Amino acid sequence: MSGNMNITLKVWRQKNSNAKGELAEYKVGDVSPDMSFLEMFDVLNERLVSENNEPIAFDHDCREGICGMCSMFINGRPHGPKEGITTCQLHMRSFKDGDTIVVEPWRAQAFPVIKDLIVDRTAFDRIIAAGGYISVNTGNAQDANNIAISKDNADEAFAAAACIGCGACVAACKNASAMLFVSAKVSQLALLPQGQPEKQTRVLSMVAQMDAEGFGACTNTGACEAECPKGISLKNIARMNREYLGAQLCSEKM
Amino acid sequence: MSKLDAKIPEGSIDQKWTKYKSSVALVNPANKRNLEIIIVGSGLAGASAAAALAELGYKVKVFYFQDSPRRAHSIAAQGGINAAKNYTNDGDSVHRLFYDTIKGGDYRAREGNVHRLAEVSNNIIDQCVAQGVPFAREYGGLLSNRSFGGTQVERTFYAAGQTGQQLLLGAYSAMQRQVGSGKIESFSRHEMLDIVMIDGKCRGIIARDLVTGKLERHFGHSVLLCTGGYGNVFFLSTNAMGSNATAVWKAHKKGAYFGNPCFTQIHPTCIPVSGDHQSKLTLMSESLRNDGRIWVPKLKEDAEAIRTGKKRAVQLSEEERDYYLERRYPAFGNLVPRDVASRAAKERCDAGYGVNKTGEAVYLDFTFNTKRYGRTEATKKGIHNPSEDEIVRLGKDVIKEKYGNLFDMYKQITGVDPYEEPMQIYPAVHYTMGGLWVDYNLMTTVPGLYALGEANFSDHGANRLGASALMQGLADGYFVIPYTIGAYLSKEIAVKAIPTDHEAFVEAEKNVQERIDKLLNIKGTKTVDHFHKKLGKIMWDKCGMGRNEKHLKEAIDEIRALRAEFWKDLRVTGTADDLNPELEKAGRVADFLELGELMCMDAVNRNESCGGHFREEYQTEEGEAKRDDDNFAYVATWEYKGGENNFELHKEELIYENIKIAQRSYK
Repeated sequence: MSGNMNITLKVWRQKNSNAKGELAEYKVGDVSPDMSFLEMFDVLNERLVSENNEPIAFDHDCREGICGMCSMFINGRPHGPKEGITTCQLHMRSFKDGDTIVVEPWRAQAFPVIKDLIVDRTAFDRIIAAGGYISVNTGNAQDANNIAISKDNADEAFAAAACIGCGACVAACKNASAMLFVSAKVSQLALLPQGQPEKQTRVLSMVAQMDAEGFGACTNTGACEAECPKGISLKNIARMNREYLGAQLCSEKM
Repeated sequence: MSKLDAKIPEGSIDQKWTKYKSSVALVNPANKRNLEIIIVGSGLAGASAAAALAELGYKVKVFYFQDSPRRAHSIAAQGGINAAKNYTNDGDSVHRLFYDTIKGGDYRAREGNVHRLAEVSNNIIDQCVAQGVPFAREYGGLLSNRSFGGTQVERTFYAAGQTGQQLLLGAYSAMQRQVGSGKIESFSRHEMLDIVMIDGKCRGIIARDLVTGKLERHFGHSVLLCTGGYGNVFFLSTNAMGSNATAVWKAHKKGAYFGNPCFTQIHPTCIPVSGDHQSKLTLMSESLRNDGRIWVPKLKEDAEAIRTGKKRAVQLSEEERDYYLERRYPAFGNLVPRDVASRAAKERCDAGYGVNKTGEAVYLDFTFNTKRYGRTEATKKGIHNPSEDEIVRLGKDVIKEKYGNLFDMYKQITGVDPYEEPMQIYPAVHYTMGGLWVDYNLMTTVPGLYALGEANFSDHGANRLGASALMQGLADGYFVIPYTIGAYLSKEIAVKAIPTDHEAFVEAEKNVQERIDKLLNIKGTKTVDHFHKKLGKIMWDKCGMGRNEKHLKEAIDEIRALRAEFWKDLRVTGTADDLNPELEKAGRVADFLELGELMCMDAVNRNESCGGHFREEYQTEEGEAKRDDDNFAYVATWEYKGGENNFELHKEELIYENIKIAQRSYK
């Protein structure tokens, strides 16, 4: 079932991390408003292959907005024009017939381009490895209901934990700061009693790793929150700053 | 045909695991440091196994094809995770969870494994809470529960509609902690393309670095495949785009038997297909069936009017609606197991009662329970005689709190607001109960090669109950493999790491390279997706919700023809020494084209209906699945014998000592 929209795409093409990239233009016809944005790319890629051209490489996996793998910068906004969704949840009904759409990869020093629209986000994994956990070995946990947690705190921890690690916050930030991502994990664990024993070392280690990865500083413009597909709140950054200051003042390790 | 030994420990069912744990051979800490374990896949099973084994001191390497281990498709599981905690005081117990799982699986799962699963279910919840997984809680601060299909207790723990995400992030954090401490080496954007056999044992893998295209050899004293299911054989499924069967299929071709390949779960509540461009299907969590009622119009004329846009669902009165699950299954109603609910939806749509353009959709309607919640809220707030509008408004807030993210997701995909119009849903491929055959230790028929989570066949029989996949993935990774791997590795402590210039590694790498070259050199005219979609259509039409001998035999012929065409006319652009998604897809589809045939062969062989395997020739007068326990109470286990479509069937007889095998009834 094809549709009746005609779209012009300007897509970033870059052979590999060392090559110079450029925008290439593609016309895509018969676009259905029910197609997702990535399905439109599928259609284009099928055509490119049948024309014996190399298709556009882009990251994607679950296509239901939860794995955090998709990452396109669409018309100057991470995950496109609509709020609260990822690129894979964006549908062509959000565009008009005849639109020209510019699609680029995330732009950040800490996220080098691998190919076309694919970037390397392993810096996020290294930040988590630096302290984004509770040190509890398997098998020695107490009964789950021995820890009572107020519903408000549990809900707030959950809201912070909903981060999908896509990197839109970094892409949206003029400084390419990762504060929203890091603060979401720091907050989740700081809000829970299980997270208390390590709270100081956690925030110090994670921030140190964030800086080492080359992410920029936070200047509180709030672009990250505005573009976050999961609505992660700026409050988390405030909480992390509080935790960080507290840890710096009190930590015996400093 | 040989007899398979599942190595179930002796003793009464509730003592088997306890006794096993206290008698299984151990590996001392100094030796653990010298033993290397390769884990393929970083979902719930893989990440939890990686964390638990690294904590014990083993040297662990983890491989995953995504950019981060947190992307694995476990992340997308919505509804919840079962455990026999009985926090709700409604009569749950380990035995009841065991019983429900065996019955839900239509008496085609192994008692010993399932009982162990039920036993460790409680430890999983404890472990996850200790890690900081933010499960839903009540106002008193304790954990909240809800119901899932196929049970009459509330034993499902959840985190809104994102339970899989929260559990995976817990396991991922535990794994990253070990990465940070240097005990796990993590390989992102790496795909396993073969296992390496030395002296009859699995000793490593060949992996391709997907960024550079370079093939790599990795040694391990043992290898764990935690690579998920193979639902993407059908092209359209709720699986992620990258979910694939390549790892298990390569293992199968190197000697690992494949158990019950035809057991596929079709999930009843997915968003219907919207057009030919469709790349995947999206699940609407089973938890919605707690409060959503499923119906179609009673009259065909009404269904027709709705299909052509002349009527809307909300215009039909209660008397004009057929709540067919409540009608057919009064005891379980809308919470019948998935296979039963899916077939019932298909039956209504086939009979002409479908409610969307394609005629393949039924309603999932929250109006009744929205109003029920609204009235309770009004009472709580002391509002007497609330207006209808007020009731709906108050009720919507409750529904939003419980299912908000799912409602948003539905609206995003369909453009329709489910708070105003009932959802339209239809069954879709979701999970595969079949997988690599494993014994009680989770070891495949290849020594040293294990399969965990959805990749193995062991716990769900012919139909998996909702909220049990997360339970099994984490049970296998956190609580089973750390014990059972000792039984094997305790005998391997004298084996030094084998250098990867060993001829077996060289040979395996050469074979992988040749296959890649072959795919690139066909230089035909058709894309990978062209073949994948064709395969998917054959599988869905002939090996889907309803199957019969004639169609299955046709499907086998069609798949063979398609496979031949694939190897003649495929076009893969790009090169092997570069990031090349087309090449990745081509390798996976080539494997699906073989596995699909085995699924059909298995479905032809099983002359009965059970769980998700519904053979149209074998049904009761009321259209229910008709099992044949005299002839088919076994695990159909297939051995690859070399060459094309050459498989031999072995049977593992299923013995029920603790549960009386009976006709499954949810009436």
